[in-house]
Amino acid sequence: MKPAPFTLHRPSDVAEAAQLLTRFADDEVRILAGGQSLVPMMAFRLARPGHLIDINGLGELAQITQSDGAIEIGALVRHNDIASAEIEGATGALLKKVMPNIAHHPIRARGTICGSLAHADPSSEWCLSAATLDAVLLARSATGKREIAARDWFTGAMSTSLQADELLTGVRLPVLPEGTRFGFQEFSRRKGDFAICAALVVFEIHYGVIEEARIGIGGAEDHPRRIAEGEAVLKGQRPSAELFARAGAAVAAALDPMEDHSTKAAYRRDLACDLVEGALQEAAR
Amino acid sequence: MSKIAVSFTLNGRKVEVEVEPRRTLADVIRDDCGLTGTHTGCEHGVCGACTIIVNGQTVRSCLMFGAQAEGAEIRTVESLSAGDTLHPLQEAFVQHHGLQCGFCTPGFLMLACGTLEANPQMDEEEMRDILSSNLCRCTGYENILKAVKDGAERMRGEP
Repeated sequence: MKPAPFTLHRPSDVAEAAQLLTRFADDEVRILAGGQSLVPMMAFRLARPGHLIDINGLGELAQITQSDGAIEIGALVRHNDIASAEIEGATGALLKKVMPNIAHHPIRARGTICGSLAHADPSSEWCLSAATLDAVLLARSATGKREIAARDWFTGAMSTSLQADELLTGVRLPVLPEGTRFGFQEFSRRKGDFAICAALVVFEIHYGVIEEARIGIGGAEDHPRRIAEGEAVLKGQRPSAELFARAGAAVAAALDPMEDHSTKAAYRRDLACDLVEGALQEAAR
Repeated sequence: MSKIAVSFTLNGRKVEVEVEPRRTLADVIRDDCGLTGTHTGCEHGVCGACTIIVNGQTVRSCLMFGAQAEGAEIRTVESLSAGDTLHPLQEAFVQHHGLQCGFCTPGFLMLACGTLEANPQMDEEEMRDILSSNLCRCTGYENILKAVKDGAERMRGEP
């Protein structure tokens, strides 16, 4: 359980980190931020990077900035930082609701939000949040900057469209208007385990009917995504238990869930149905 | 493999070591600094036996590299007692039978110590949530919870 040898680099700014990525792009170079997924993978030797670029010294990436209706979370913001951060609108409350579901307290003290997004585990709560809120991921290379919409970010389980010479420097989330309703529910067998399925729902109520509905599902398919078929059920309707049950059923029918030795696809589909219904009820309260 | 010089404060004492980049902080503390109270169980962040406090944060020392400890203030289980005088949490673990074999105990003590220092008024629900982070194969956890509850009161100076 010891990582294979590697060379450690400690750049003094983002530009240097990007140059190092280009220089070692052919030698399994990896960014080391919180290390809460990468280091276990290295311990198991599932990952054997020849070079690690430790960005923990780059204070410029440890910021949460808010302007023009957007929230930018830098690559060194840790999960637990969300608890004390003052984040505008309903987005802040949503992030605070989601955060405690991630792993355990000591893991959240080191692990980063952008690290989760780059790791792209299908069960990741932050990946689900990014997909549901249509986040924009901010990449930087030695030659320039690139903005990637969440729907173009996830390319499969633990796989993203980030290029080998690119560093994820931050993620931009919309400021949801005050009064925006949201609900989050996930199911795992033990506290802190990876979610077998998770649902994040967001909507507004105007003149008694639902608008701007978003339903995101994580953990069921190889990457989280919004489920338009479920959102369409809610649009323009008055909230009711019957409506929420129909939305859950529509989501379940639209999924193509993963299957493994312990969890059948049908089980994940049933879970999605119940979790969406529960999250919608929670949001409507 | 070339080594990196690292200096940090370990339980109040300045330490300077030269370590391979791949060496975890847990191994640096145990093998290079000789403080074997920090235990390594799973070595991939699941069991929590190696939990320590780094710059006030309760973290897994098997998921940090020693080379990342430059300038850090680190506390391990050895920092808790003052000579023969046990820390209130250690007293409570003894009284409530919060351990049997003792392998997980340093991790639980540092987990409880770090999180209670940050949040002295932690309620039982939060405590259960925090303690779910570490594994114990002897106690069934109930006695650990009792010990941490009592330890929290003792830390607050309540009888």
